[in-house]
Parts: sequence; C-alpha cells; structure tokens
Amino acid sequence: MDLSVNFTNIKFKNPIVTASGTFGFGREYAEYYDISKLGGICVKGLTAAPRLGNKPPRVAETPMGMLNSVGLQNPGVDAFIRDELPYLRKYDTVLIANISGNTIEEYAEMTQKLSDAGIDIIEVNVSCPNVKAGGMAFGTSPDSVAAVTGAVKQVAAVPIMIKLSPNVTDIAQIAKAAENAGADAISLINTLLGMKIDITTRKPVLNNNVGGLSGPAIFPVAVRMVWQAAAAVKIPVLAMGGVTTGNDAAEMMLAGADLIGVGTACFDDPYAPVKIIEQLAQYMRQNKIERACDITGKVEIN
Amino acid sequence: MANVYKCEITENTQLTGEVYSLVFSCEEIAASSYAGQFVHIKCGKERLLRRPISICSVFADCVRVVYEVKGEGTKWLSEQAAGQKLDILGPLGNGFSLPEGKIIIVGGGIGTPPMLYAAKTAHGSVTAILGFRDKSKIILQEEFEKTCDEVIITTDDGSAGIHGFVTQPLEDLLSKGGDNAVLSCGPQIMQDGIIKLCKKYNVPVQVSLEERMACGVGACLVCACEAFDMKRVCVDGPVFEVEMKLP
Ligand SMILES: Cc1cc2nc3c(=O)[nH]c(=O)nc-3n(C[C@H](O)[C@H](O)[C@H](O)COP(=O)(O)OP(=O)(O)OC[C@H]3O[C@@H](n4cnc5c(N)ncnc54)[C@H](O)[C@@H]3O)c2cc1C
Ligand SMILES: Cc1cc2nc3c(=O)[nH]c(=O)nc-3n(C[C@H](O)[C@H](O)[C@H](O)COP(=O)(O)O)c2cc1C
Ligand code: FES
Repeated sequence: MDLSVNFTNIKFKNPIVTASGTFGFGREYAEYYDISKLGGICVKGLTAAPRLGNKPPRVAETPMGMLNSVGLQNPGVDAFIRDELPYLRKYDTVLIANISGNTIEEYAEMTQKLSDAGIDIIEVNVSCPNVKAGGMAFGTSPDSVAAVTGAVKQVAAVPIMIKLSPNVTDIAQIAKAAENAGADAISLINTLLGMKIDITTRKPVLNNNVGGLSGPAIFPVAVRMVWQAAAAVKIPVLAMGGVTTGNDAAEMMLAGADLIGVGTACFDDPYAPVKIIEQLAQYMRQNKIERACDITGKVEIN
Repeated sequence: MANVYKCEITENTQLTGEVYSLVFSCEEIAASSYAGQFVHIKCGKERLLRRPISICSVFADCVRVVYEVKGEGTKWLSEQAAGQKLDILGPLGNGFSLPEGKIIIVGGGIGTPPMLYAAKTAHGSVTAILGFRDKSKIILQEEFEKTCDEVIITTDDGSAGIHGFVTQPLEDLLSKGGDNAVLSCGPQIMQDGIIKLCKKYNVPVQVSLEERMACGVGACLVCACEAFDMKRVCVDGPVFEVEMKLP
C-alpha cells in the first residue's frame, strides 16, 4: 500500500498536510509528536511586514464549528525566514509557506524572498476574510485572481498554489482563472464568513463582528466546492474544511482532492493529523486501495 | 509533560450556588503542573472547543479544579459524576513564579481557585486577600486559612469581611512595605486596580489573564491579549509579569 502522493512534482509521503494558521510554525505540536510524520506543513499566513492582528475576542464557538478573526497576526516574512525556517527544515516533511499581500507587488516580493529561501511550495492566500485590504478582496473575482497569480508566477522558482475563497458564487470560474494564469495547484476552502451575536448583550462575540467559520460544520460545503473546482481544472488540488477523520479525508479525495489539509481538528485533538493518516491507511486497506492517489476524483456522480 | 489524558472523575460536588469542585485522577498532570497553569477540558462531543480551567490544587495523583457554571460547556461538566472519564489536555500555560519571602495573593470571585495552588506552594509567608460579591459567593475560605499566614475577606456589599474591594486592604498592606510580590487572578477591573497600586508602591506583580481559546498550546493565535502586546494567553500566559520601573 502506498500513501505517497506526487503533487506539483514534489513527493509527499502521505496526503495529510496541516492547514495554514492552525499549526503555528510547527514548534508547538512538535512537542506532542514527530512532525516529520506529516505529508506537509503549511505555516501561519505571512505578510510583508509584521502584523499584530485584530482585537480580541477572536474566537467564537458555533455548532460543530468555530469563528476566528485572528487577522493574520505574524512576525512578517523576513523574521519567518530568519527565525522559523531553519528550525522547520530539520524535519523531513514538505514545507509550504502561506502569503497574504496588501498589493500585488507585496505578493510578488514575498514570493521572491521565499523562493530564494528554499521553501518547497508557496500557497497564495487570496481568501482571508479577516483583513481589510488584500486577502479575500483578491480572491472573489477571476480577474484579480489571475492578476495575482500571474505576478507571483513571474518571480516564483517553486510551485505556486492559489488558496481560493469559498465566499464566491462560482468556484469553478475562479479555479479556472488561477489555472489559466499559470497556477501549479489550487487549495480550498478557506473559512466561510460568519457571525455570532450574544443575545444577552446584543453584541457580536467577535470584536471584529464577523469572522471565518471552520471545523466539521463546513465539511459538506468544502466537499461540494472541491468537487466543483477539481472538475474544472487539470492542476492538482489541496482540499480542506472540516476534515476530522480518515473517512473525511477519503471523502475529500473522492471529490477530487490530491492532498488533504487538517486545521481546526487539531484544536480538539493535537494528534488529529497523525490519527487521520492512520485512519486513511486503514480505509485503504479495508477497501483494497493500492495507492492513495487511486481514489482522487473517483466519485461516481449520479 | 502536557498531553491528552483520559482521567477518571473522583469527585464533582457543588460548593455554592453555581460553583463546583471537581477532582480527577491523573498522575502525570499532578506530578508536572505548578501554580497558575490550567487544563483544557473537553466538555462533551457536541462542543468543538475545550474549556480552559485553572488547576486549584494537586494531591497524590489527583488534580482539583473549581469552576463556575457559565454556559453550555461548564453546565455539561457539572452533570458528570464520579467514575466517569474526562478528556483533558494539560497541564498548559506559563504559571506563577513564586519568589522567596513575603508575598500577597489576591483572588477575586472565580479567580480565587488558582491562588490556592499558589498559596500552597509558596516559599515564604503568605497573606491572601479574597474578594467576593457577597457572603453567599465565598469559596475556599477554610482552605486558604489553613495554608496562609493571614486571610482577608472582602465583599462588595459588606455581608462578610471588609465592605468594599480587595484594593482597599491591599493598599493598607503595600503602604507598610516589606512585600516581595503580589500575585493575582480575578476580573480585569480588579486586576487593573491591583496593577495601579503595585506600580505606585513599586512591588512586582503577576496577573493571571483570561481570553477565549481554541488550541490552548500556542498554535492558533486566537487567545492574544491586548494588555501584553498580543502575546498568547495560553502559552506566554495566562500569568504575565507586569514590568516595574527600576528602584
Ligand atoms: C486560563 C484560564 C483559566 C480559567 N480558569 C477558570 C477556573 O478556574 N474556574 C472557572 O470557573 N473558570 C475559569 N476560566 C473561565 C472558563 O474557561 C469559562 O468560564 C468557560 O470556558 C465557559 O464555558 P461555557 O461553555 O460554560 O460557556 P459558554 O459561554 O457557553 O462558552 C462559549 C465559548 O466561550 C468561551 N468562554 C466563555 N467565557 C470565557 C472566559 N471567561 N474565559 C475564556 N473562555 C471563555 C468558552 O470556552 C467557549 O469556547 C478560565 C479561563 C481561562 C482562559
Ligand atoms: C485560527 C485560524 C487561523 C487561520 N489562519 C489562516 C491563515 O493565516 N492563512 C490561510 O490561508 N488560512 C488560514 N485559516 C484557514 C485554514 O487554513 C483552513 O482553510 C480552514 O480553517 C478550513 O479548514 P479546517 O476546517 O480544517 O480548519 C485559518 C483558520 C483558523 C481556524
Ligand atoms: S489558544 Fe491557540 S494560541 Fe492560544
């Protein structure tokens, strides 16, 4: 049985990758298990300059989900390259940097720096719902997705993956725009814009009023969007959104995913990603699946 | 070491109206925790996020927490009986550092439980100032009296102890001098008052903060606090030391 996946000509030892913003820079969960067991690690979203993020409260619990409004708190791309990348390089796993820009120039500048620093893949976040400039604003029209993709591809020495927003009406159209502009892969879904109001105080729980919904609550939406996007493009797909078990991972792969991102599940159980790898292997064994990639896109549509 | 443990409840009893004392057995957490740290408790399958609760004390291979029923999660917790198992991640966080010599411990309302752990593990003489809304809300008084050199109770309405807030007896003590540190946990408005006094008398102060959490281990950044440069309450805190001007 072979769990490994070839994704943009890079070999992942298994299809499970941590989702950006839910795994810090790897240090915290490395105290619980050997993070080399993971197919890949996608780090916290980086910006050109350091950011402190939004005011607290930044989290609200919802039925089988959570809203966050962190707002891209991070030390900036230069500090990441200097202080975090050498540490992460000690682990035998694929490293994915996640970037958000205020302008197209910032996306290109960060891509250049991270390419030079030797990151394996760059995930271009055009879908953060928690920042005013940039983020999701770039991800909701095919033209601006194409413009960002084209600009980063010009300077990139490593594969470029565009992270799509679910807060759009036609995900297939956006996915195609990224592919046509030269993207090597796409990833989806980022969080869905949501809101929670405290009925006693009549105030939103999040200081930012709105935030991004993640966790099991969004899983069926993610499966549907992955299916629609994967069917529209030939480039590979990293799928995430509420994956909590190996069965969820298998379902995502049937919908069209090559790799699976695990995020919110870690907050409930720090061991979630490694358990999902084991459970996926068990699913493959029980169903006599030779290679993980054999089930990608194999949903039998009615 | 911090980890996920399946712990058996040995006791879950009501202290006052909405406040419960829960004891669970966990050798590892009992052995490796220290005052000011917390545990992250899974409160039923229906709720995605764990609930952070401070450790109140440890004895043998048991850990005790004291919690107030606030919403759905803590309500679920109050319905669990001895013999049942809890899914607990911990011990987590940066706790109190206990200096040598005389210290003052301040607890407000449901912020008092972690201060008992601090009192029990302190090295020198301890004065505890515990503030509650009224007489019916007082918890853990006897236990503090057993461990501390002096215990001062205040109530907002004067139904027990000193009528007023903890800051009043605190200022009386600080003005006499000789205290090496103030350690506190309670509502933010109380802690703001304490920090102000400690700055006035130039006594080092450590405060334990609350912020809503998800991961509890430092990875998701939802728990950042404004008072301390958006540091993470779950790993950089919950206990933060307030910078003092040099003497
Ligand atoms: C480090 C730390 C230590 C704590 N120690 C204690 C303790 O010893 N005893 C005690 O009674 N309480 C303590 N609290 C507060 C306790 O975590 C909340 O009262 C509890 O999470 C409420 O959960 P709920 O489901 O009952 O309420 P709900 O309002 O239904 O909870 C909804 C969500 O908001 C979060 N939340 C609500 N209030 C708070 C709060 N004050 N702080 C953090 N998150 C909150 C919950 O965790 C949950 O994710 C502590 C909080 C922190 C951060
Ligand atoms: C606390 C938190 C922070 C996040 N930060 C980022 C980020 O910096 N960049 C990004 O592209 N996505 C970010 N995301 C989105 C996740 O990577 C993921 O797309 C989403 O949460 C859905 O997956 P999940 O349900 O498994 O968490 C964040 C999600 C959460 C919950
Ligand atoms: S709760 Fe995730 S960083 Fe503190």
